[in-house]
Amino acid sequence: MSTAVIPVEAKPRTTYLNAGQTLKSWLLTLDHKRIGILYLISVTFFFLVGGIYATLIRLELLTPQGDLVSAQTYNKLFTQHGITMVFFFLIPSIPAVFGNFLLPIMIGAKDVAFPRLNLLSWYVFMTGALFASYAMFAGGVDTGWTFYPPYSTNYANTYVIATGLGIFIAGFSSILTGLNFIVTIHTMRAPGMTWFRLPLFVWAQYATSLIQILGTPVLAITLLLVALERTVGIGIFDPRLGGDPVLFQHLFWFYSHPAVYIMVLPSMGVVSEIIATFSRKPIFGYKFVAFSSLAIAIVGFLVWGHHLFTSSQSVYAGMLFSLLSYAVAIPSAIKVFNWTATLYRGSISYDAPMLYALGFIGLFLIGGLTGLFLAALGLDVHVHDTYFVVAHFHYIMVGGALLAYLGAMHYWWPKMTGRLYPEGWARFAALVVFVGFNLTFFPQFILGYLGMPRRYYTYAPEFQLLHVLSTAGASILAVGFILPAIYLLWSLKKGPIAPADPWLATGLEWRTSSPPPPENFERTPIVTWNAYEFRPQEEAEVIGGGKPDASSLTGE
Amino acid sequence: MAQSEVTAQHAIAHHPALAHHFENMEQQREASTLGMWVFLITEIMFFGGLFLAYSIYRSWYPQVFAEASHHLDILLGGINTVVLITSSLTMALAVYHSQVGNRGKLVLFLILTMLLGLTFLGIKVIEYSHKFHDGLIPGIHFHYEGPHPQQAQIFFWLYFAMTGLHALHMIIGVSILAFLIYFAWRGRYSPEYHSPVEISGLYWHFVDIVWIFLFPLLYLVGFHVKG
Amino acid sequence: MSEHIVPKKTYYAVFGALMALTAITVFVARFDLPWILNIVVALTIAVTKATLVVLYFMHVRYSSRLTQVVVVAGIFWLVIMLVLTASDYVTRGLLAPVVSISAQ
Repeated sequence: MSTAVIPVEAKPRTTYLNAGQTLKSWLLTLDHKRIGILYLISVTFFFLVGGIYATLIRLELLTPQGDLVSAQTYNKLFTQHGITMVFFFLIPSIPAVFGNFLLPIMIGAKDVAFPRLNLLSWYVFMTGALFASYAMFAGGVDTGWTFYPPYSTNYANTYVIATGLGIFIAGFSSILTGLNFIVTIHTMRAPGMTWFRLPLFVWAQYATSLIQILGTPVLAITLLLVALERTVGIGIFDPRLGGDPVLFQHLFWFYSHPAVYIMVLPSMGVVSEIIATFSRKPIFGYKFVAFSSLAIAIVGFLVWGHHLFTSSQSVYAGMLFSLLSYAVAIPSAIKVFNWTATLYRGSISYDAPMLYALGFIGLFLIGGLTGLFLAALGLDVHVHDTYFVVAHFHYIMVGGALLAYLGAMHYWWPKMTGRLYPEGWARFAALVVFVGFNLTFFPQFILGYLGMPRRYYTYAPEFQLLHVLSTAGASILAVGFILPAIYLLWSLKKGPIAPADPWLATGLEWRTSSPPPPENFERTPIVTWNAYEFRPQEEAEVIGGGKPDASSLTGE
Repeated sequence: MAQSEVTAQHAIAHHPALAHHFENMEQQREASTLGMWVFLITEIMFFGGLFLAYSIYRSWYPQVFAEASHHLDILLGGINTVVLITSSLTMALAVYHSQVGNRGKLVLFLILTMLLGLTFLGIKVIEYSHKFHDGLIPGIHFHYEGPHPQQAQIFFWLYFAMTGLHALHMIIGVSILAFLIYFAWRGRYSPEYHSPVEISGLYWHFVDIVWIFLFPLLYLVGFHVKG
Repeated sequence: MSEHIVPKKTYYAVFGALMALTAITVFVARFDLPWILNIVVALTIAVTKATLVVLYFMHVRYSSRLTQVVVVAGIFWLVIMLVLTASDYVTRGLLAPVVSISAQ
């Protein structure tokens, strides 16, 4: 009774973090925010694993001779690096972590449409990871992450089936996440949250989900066929028995090319949010940016044949796929132009998330443009399967997806944890990552152009200088990853308490307290404003967790 | 008056089957239907990979596929087609009775659907055991008498992969029906809440559609060339 | 947005049509039609049957526009996969083999 009179509550308010403290309350949670955190911990672990492989690869390539590992071990290293990073880090990274955490809040819902499926997806993911890890510890796999037959079906004597099964299972978690998001966006939007008031991150997630549900099943059936062929040897992809190995490549890349957009589309969504917030301007050409996400998702399905230019695919099909590949550049360019136009005359502040977002734009531009080189039939014959390709997709996957992941981590860290990270260190780390990344991968463009093939553990001595530069860059990059790991963990205990809206941003996620209460808002928000409508702060009402600023500033 | 309206709304909002994160039953129903449709899209693509492989290899080896298909039993395949289409009818009628709230008929038609599904699977077992006796299991023991045994083997692995995957979906469907029958019998479904029946129906019809394509592509492909 | 209840007699009519089409497809398959007409007829009938099931048994004819878009999108993506892969297979080998002009 007496507490009701005292204005400052003695009891800390209920957030999704302190709603239950037991391990069981985490492992059986149906709260999308907690599931997002479960994913965050899992994929960060796999990023670490993939990073260890990368470290070993770069160390081996320091010298032209094969002095650190054997050829066979090297094959396993780059295969495990690719599989871990692609299937267990990049594909689930932004959708499963930040999508899960933010999407329902951004549209003003209490949860995703199917919370049980959402939890199931995490368990399915971990089961897949278990199989892949078993394969890794049993001796690894050496087919390359692409599993091309006939090597994967007839010759490789490594753990192809266990790894394939792991990816097959993890694929279903990707499908479940995509399905959940599509239904959530269609049916769970708060009153007034029309399609064109959605944050662009939600549009990007929607487009990503389309790819996840349309592409992943094809990868699943393809891996099943590889496993079947390996076990009984019936000539599914074996030319000696009447099969066609190129059919595998069609099926594989029907998923795996669009999968690149699973990695980069959510990143583009993150960048749109960050650019708007730190330029204090609405995104220029909102509808164009929104629809370009959908366009990338759709056109991205029409270009897979550009991976088959040198695989005895018909030349005519090659021309068609080359042309269609150029078409993907249009929606991608729309995004880059619109971000640039948003920056124009914005009042820009260079906080750490913004540094990552600006880095993304530059590196994605380089990655995208070199992609056009590779989509050109004639040039591709020269640089196919060289370090040029390796550099190109690392500019997209690391320079693009990973930088956006780090940007998102910093941008929404106060929301997720209720703590602010040390801004100075964060800016420094962002610069270290940018420098380290470019030093690692830019020399690889030159290496590839000069003819250094990918997936080799020894090389001609004249390539050594560039390889040494690349390895040096990788060590700087590693520092850039370790720094955030330290100060973010530090901030969990020691960081200043975060207000509801530390960036003075616009989305609904900033209208609830940091960290949000279990059901996100105290009452269903009614949306009367457009995305990125910057209004005076006193107008922006806080509709979650009581008086979050008062209680969280005095709390603890 | 206003008081009774409030209580009526209260009653709707607290339908026992309404999950906490939905605003009302309508939203919940919409979400589950859309969810099932999106899932069926993934199923289209899943089977799609096999249909693609079928199209490629059939266009490469049309003669061999026609000859090999003579080893399939058109009569059993035809009976199974009839069985499956009938089961789709009974499933549709089960959904109808869940919509109008006729519990007895709902349970009856669900049981009929399940029995027809089991009949289909039983016939499939007979067919598979025939193939086993004829030595037509690819890779394990494959003794094909006609010309181009290797290419015929491609036909047979496609046959087993496609019908096997289809049969797996039938088994899942029959298991879902078992749950539905139990809950329908317990009276859980009503005209206000019958989404589980409805979306299971969608799944069942989808599995039927897959068979509608498998039957002509696998069984009838060589009917016209008398072997 | 309350759901549409399809009358029972519609279901029976669709069932009759499906049975008839099954009989027709088996019957027609016995004849050796010219060109690739056998497969064309078989697939046309199968597509018709599938359409009937989707429209009536699965209620898509009465469903929301969203559901209809989802169905069409699913079929469209299957067609993308089939057609673009076929673009490789049907044009393979069309190019005349390159005559070697290396030193004799």
